[in-house]
Amino acid sequence: MSTLGLAAVNGIVGAPNGDLAAILYSMPTPLLSESTLLLITAIAVVVAAAAVVAAVGFRLSSSHRELGTEAEHATFAALHSAAAAGEQLRDGLEPAGALKASKQLRTLLNCAAFAMTDDAALLAWDGTGAAARQPESDVVMGIVARALSNGRTQVANLDQPLRKALGLAPDSDLKAAVICPLKVDSRAVGCVMILSKSPTAGLVRATNEVAAWVSAQLELVELSASRTLLAEAEVRALRAQISPHFIYNSLNAIASFINTDPQRARDLVVEFADFTRYSFRRHGDFTTLAEELRCIDRYLLLENARFGDRLQVSLQIAPEVLSTVIPFLSLQPLVENAVRHGLEAKVGKGLVQISARDLGAYTEVTIEDDGVGMDPEQLRLVLAGRHDGTHVGLRNVDSRLRQVYGDDHGLTIDTGVGHGMLITMTVPKNQPGNDA
Amino acid sequence: MNPAIGYAALIVVSVVTAVIGFYGLRVSRTTSDFYVASRTVKPWWNASAIGGEYLSAASFLGIAGLIVISGIDALWFPIGYTAGYLMLLFFVAAPLRRSGAYTIPDFAEARLESSTARYVTSILVVIVGWFYIVPQLHGAALTIRTTTGLPSWVGAGAVVLVVVLTVVTGGMRSITFVQAFQYWLKLTALAVPIIFILLTLSGGGSGPIIPAGTELFPPPEAIDGGSTYRTLSLLIALLFGTLGLPHVLVRFYTNPDGAAARRTTLIVLGLLSIFYIFPTIYGVLGRVFLPSLAEGGSPDATVLLLPGALIGGLGGDLLSALVVAGAFAAFLSTTSGLVVSLAGVISQDLLGGSVRGFRLAAVLAAVVPFGFAMMTDSLALAGSVGLVFAFTASTICPLLLLGIWWRGLTDAGAVAGMLTGAVLCGAAILAGSRMGMDSPWRDVLTQPAAWTVPAAFIVTIVVSKATKHRRSASLSRFMTKLHVPERPLAQENPRSQAS
Repeated sequence: MSTLGLAAVNGIVGAPNGDLAAILYSMPTPLLSESTLLLITAIAVVVAAAAVVAAVGFRLSSSHRELGTEAEHATFAALHSAAAAGEQLRDGLEPAGALKASKQLRTLLNCAAFAMTDDAALLAWDGTGAAARQPESDVVMGIVARALSNGRTQVANLDQPLRKALGLAPDSDLKAAVICPLKVDSRAVGCVMILSKSPTAGLVRATNEVAAWVSAQLELVELSASRTLLAEAEVRALRAQISPHFIYNSLNAIASFINTDPQRARDLVVEFADFTRYSFRRHGDFTTLAEELRCIDRYLLLENARFGDRLQVSLQIAPEVLSTVIPFLSLQPLVENAVRHGLEAKVGKGLVQISARDLGAYTEVTIEDDGVGMDPEQLRLVLAGRHDGTHVGLRNVDSRLRQVYGDDHGLTIDTGVGHGMLITMTVPKNQPGNDA
Repeated sequence: MNPAIGYAALIVVSVVTAVIGFYGLRVSRTTSDFYVASRTVKPWWNASAIGGEYLSAASFLGIAGLIVISGIDALWFPIGYTAGYLMLLFFVAAPLRRSGAYTIPDFAEARLESSTARYVTSILVVIVGWFYIVPQLHGAALTIRTTTGLPSWVGAGAVVLVVVLTVVTGGMRSITFVQAFQYWLKLTALAVPIIFILLTLSGGGSGPIIPAGTELFPPPEAIDGGSTYRTLSLLIALLFGTLGLPHVLVRFYTNPDGAAARRTTLIVLGLLSIFYIFPTIYGVLGRVFLPSLAEGGSPDATVLLLPGALIGGLGGDLLSALVVAGAFAAFLSTTSGLVVSLAGVISQDLLGGSVRGFRLAAVLAAVVPFGFAMMTDSLALAGSVGLVFAFTASTICPLLLLGIWWRGLTDAGAVAGMLTGAVLCGAAILAGSRMGMDSPWRDVLTQPAAWTVPAAFIVTIVVSKATKHRRSASLSRFMTKLHVPERPLAQENPRSQAS
């Protein structure tokens, strides 16, 4: 292949020497040789052919097939309308969704007009023919007021002035309105209203069923809203607190320096102040890896005052990941765990290694200590919340990570009695929703 | 040329690159110098890393080659390559750093809140990356062929192998320092030989001398419509194309904040300007001493052959080895930077984003262009890289510029603009290489940026205007994030201030 391209060039530059440069620039050597071109064209053709085949296949496979009897069709249609309306009510009673749902529900009930209100105003009005124009909100609220207050289905006769107020023609034959309240937890939060020529028992019952169904949807919405609230509350409650032991130990360590080394004591107090300023901050549930590492730095300086040479720290951080967003105070408890439970109980020197690596779309942070380790089975119980041991910090971080990034992103912990502990945390680098 | 030089240079550079990749950051620190501020990458380092990643085969070999063929007109390439950073500095560097999006698809998704826009962007980024790797592999093939006489696939294969191995085993992850090292290696590899050559030339005596009356540059062509169009189009491609190069944008995340991103870009401008002096000198001397290369079909080898041709003996061999090493550094650094960012995009969008997926994606990101490089044969490195810039400028650049600076951009507009740019530019490049040499449309099609870039912008704007209702809900929040300077970090070291 390559010789082919070269031959082509030889042909060009074989031009008379005088104008060589000028010719070559005005007609640059072909940047893509024949073979490249052929290849690219071939690939393009193959891709296009594949796309056509896929499109045709998709159309064929999704074309409608005959399904069932007429009755079954009616059922399918009703279920389809209901499902489509349910989709629109995902956000609760709000005008845009209510209007789209009303269109579906009106076809379901096959009535002239279908309206939906909340407890204060008309949300949606969908009607045909004489009832096509949306009336004033106050008029409708006047009609539904009784149903809202007593929570029972009402049938209202529309007399001449009322029909006029609703914007219907005076000689319109829509003489009745069926109003059913929407109830969430036996409290009326809104109404559905339909207009019809005559309120047959069947129509009233059907309207009741629709109202019950809408109420069920609204209850679901409320449920999911409270689930979100619960999750938020849980994250807030889990938001790590700085440990009281640490405050006590640090102050004691500082006190021991006040007479012997006042300058150091002063430095430590400043570090302590900075550490608490960071840990007590109220705003934001997220921070950057860099800030969290700075907090760990202060923490280790204070612990170092207590441990002296016994505590050794090694750090290996890829600078690329310093700006990764992580949950606030999610690393410091892990380091504290390594120091307090891994090294404190150990005889002799202990080493804590912190590393952060760039894994493509993720950042991996590991914290390793060569301390006393722990029984994996016991750790499993702690993480599952069935054991109120001393490792609450671990469980707290683990549950927060799972809350925020999903179950795949909990802590991974390798440990054994006497073998130290390796904690690995993996978070996505791109978190558009979370601001540090 | 002595083939041993080629082997030695290749092996040394590959090993050194891998070793720095693996062990560069295994420096343990104790608490005393823990300060995270000291761990952030200084703008100087970062700028060197960007330079190292950006200066590809096209810069190292291609520019000198183009000067050998076409003389002074080729100087527009280094001007464009460098000036693109001015655009980056003014319009993209700081806001993109603040956006928190790690890749261009991430940016598209966060700005437009649309997964379709994300996929389209991903596909374009992968295409751009693949076609940007191909010329690197051509350069490697040429270098190996010229210096050792081995077949072409050995050079390209060696680059792919080293890059894939280091990326897959995790060695290239902490890439900033490796890339910074590569910049200085490339600069040294070009500067030291040329200094020796210039000393030899000016020393008179027995060495080669420039024949009296030599025209270093041919008299410039008369300026006409055609040449003006070509230059304009090339500059548009290079200026706007730099904005969208995936491997360059990723580098900006190593800056701690937007201000540092701007400072870095400024330093990059200086570093690139210094670098491009040297290929230019090689090109000019190549015109005098190696005119046969232009006729022999591989003018891109000028840089490789010049030291050996002008300084004989052991000195010449050593200087040649240095140049070959520099060339390999260029192929390795650009390719690995591209493979890492492509692997990120491919694994994220196609393979579910796992670590295993990343490895598989890295192999995919390197092997596909290898296949292309083996099946094709590029004839002018700088030119084919120029086409990649034109394609980037017509596709990703409108998304970035309008996404950052225009609130009205919608997902439909961005997708329409990118597809328009891709189709127009791709078709023009394909059709252009088919055209007869004397066709009047040839210039318009082989340098398409002057009309495809405006077309992409216009389509993006018109479609966005027509789909106003699709503006994303969190637009204001995101735009604030892009343009409001970061809140100042807490005092670095309060103790020093207090006392």
